[in-house]
Amino acid sequence: MGELRPFPPGRYPLVVVGSGPGGLQTSYCLSRLGVTHAVISADPVPGGMFQRFPIFQRLISWTKPYAPAERGSRAYEWYDWNSLLGEEKDHRALVAGCMDGSVYFPSRSEMHEGLNLFAERAGIQVRYGCVWESTRHEEGQFTLGTSDGEYICETVVFAIGTTTPWKPKVPGLEDVPHYAEIKPLDAYRNKEVFIVGKRNSGFELADAMLPVARRIILASPTRARISVVEHAAVGARARYLQPYEDHVFGGGNVLLDVAIDRVERLASSGYRVSASQTSGSRKLALEVDEVIAATGFTTPLQDLPKLGVAIFSEGRLPALTRFWESVSVPGVYFAGSTTQAATGLNKYGIPSNSAAVQGFRYNARVLAQHIAEKRFGIKRIHTGIGPSGLVAHLLAEATRAPELWNQRSYLASVVDLSESGMSNGGIVPLAHFVDTAGPDAVAVAVETDLTGDIHPAIYLRRSGRVEEHMLGSDPLHSFETIDHQRQLEALLKPYLG
Amino acid sequence: MDEELHDLAQMLQSITLFADLSHAELEAAAHTFGEEWFGEGQRVLRQGFTGTGFYVIAAGEAAVRLNGKDIATLGRGDFFGEISILLGEPPTADVVSLGALRCLVLPGPALKDFLESHPKVMYRLLQAVAMRLRNTLLWES
Repeated sequence: MGELRPFPPGRYPLVVVGSGPGGLQTSYCLSRLGVTHAVISADPVPGGMFQRFPIFQRLISWTKPYAPAERGSRAYEWYDWNSLLGEEKDHRALVAGCMDGSVYFPSRSEMHEGLNLFAERAGIQVRYGCVWESTRHEEGQFTLGTSDGEYICETVVFAIGTTTPWKPKVPGLEDVPHYAEIKPLDAYRNKEVFIVGKRNSGFELADAMLPVARRIILASPTRARISVVEHAAVGARARYLQPYEDHVFGGGNVLLDVAIDRVERLASSGYRVSASQTSGSRKLALEVDEVIAATGFTTPLQDLPKLGVAIFSEGRLPALTRFWESVSVPGVYFAGSTTQAATGLNKYGIPSNSAAVQGFRYNARVLAQHIAEKRFGIKRIHTGIGPSGLVAHLLAEATRAPELWNQRSYLASVVDLSESGMSNGGIVPLAHFVDTAGPDAVAVAVETDLTGDIHPAIYLRRSGRVEEHMLGSDPLHSFETIDHQRQLEALLKPYLG
Repeated sequence: MDEELHDLAQMLQSITLFADLSHAELEAAAHTFGEEWFGEGQRVLRQGFTGTGFYVIAAGEAAVRLNGKDIATLGRGDFFGEISILLGEPPTADVVSLGALRCLVLPGPALKDFLESHPKVMYRLLQAVAMRLRNTLLWES
């Protein structure tokens, strides 16, 4: 036994670190493009994170058994936020096939099974149990020290997730359990529980504890942001909002807008939490049985900052280019949830979905294409589009392209409008398109406006300058109407012959 | 996942715009603002594009660029994007990073609530806008 593990230490053109959904998707896409690479992972199996999180078993990202698009089609990906992207039919929509159909949010085990199946069917090779421990950078090549030996490469993709528990520097908070260290639910029976944090992990805990806890207090400096109000999946998701309704009705469980000043362990048992209201001057002191820090996670960057990888957000994220390459150490790329560090246009403050599988699986495909082209000279073949089909193509993309719906205002579908002929420019980061000079081209994205209406947005690059044009919304989100056609034909008139 | 930003609160405190806020208010502001990083030559604000945010420079410099010509340089503590949000119109100029640039960002739709609930920040902002107006008038006279 033992030597059946792939990718022994040695020299490779590229190394992917990580076997979560980001690493698997990147490896899949690199392989399809013919980029030779190794994949190493500290985990024993694919998607290690889903062995542990979310704590209470079920994801908050939907995979709908029945949807307006046929399962396995490209358009279905908008209704299936969890499956990885496959080129062959039996690589697609695999999480949907692993679900029992009772709920359209997969359980953790269903998600894990879907990832396993993807890795198995696509033949993704990973050296599991190989722990990345150190990094050197000399003369254009990287040396990754691992538990199995050294890997040498010129390009490295870190798909290491945002998985290390993080707490803010509040006195005493270091001594309370993090979300990741929660005890079995029964330990909170008839207890007063103080949860620091009002985002999804905080609400997830509170929702799960409703039947057992005597009282739940959710606290953070600002009011809870709710997905249906913020028009974004980063807000607390609708399915966790029962504790919020309890608060609104005065039903015992409460949400506090406070800055936590200090947490002290009481001699007998429990904690004293001292806090200051953020919209007033009142000080609060609460004695509670349990305190849990639902304060998020950070990227385990290890020694990369010492290597020169620029970081921000209190060291939790690397500073990245639009194609997810370190701005300060070329050749170091990131995939998976760390791609949230490249924020894009962030219109109206609505972020991309790059922190979740639904968004970063597309980033991985764009990243693989970019790496293949930039670092390995593998050119993409651009298929032609006739002028008579341009408007219909753009409106079809706006209506059904899952890249545009999952990554609004972030990824765009491009058509090059060069004089020698139009061609499909594929999916690219919108920020790259609008800020890059080049020949005439048009990009379509899907965007949410200030009121929450969803629109096709057209970005037309003409004579080196990009202009934004918002087309009308539609109550059923179909942008293939006569009105949309007319608006777009007027805009693209010079190119339509 | 929650993202309390204790050190971001300290950073905010050192910026003139937020100098009058209490510790708790700074914590709340650190929760309300995000942080973005821009590389050399990246556009932060785009002329004619909708949906912009309110930016405060935490580190680095940026140029206000109108039709390809730099008309002003902004540095640490300076802010931009407010005119577009207050008037509900797209920006009339680009703002482009001059080297590595870190900004604190407030989504455009959140600016009104933030200023109304922090009148001292609103006053500081008005002072800065008044200073800009005075300097523009002096320059034109």
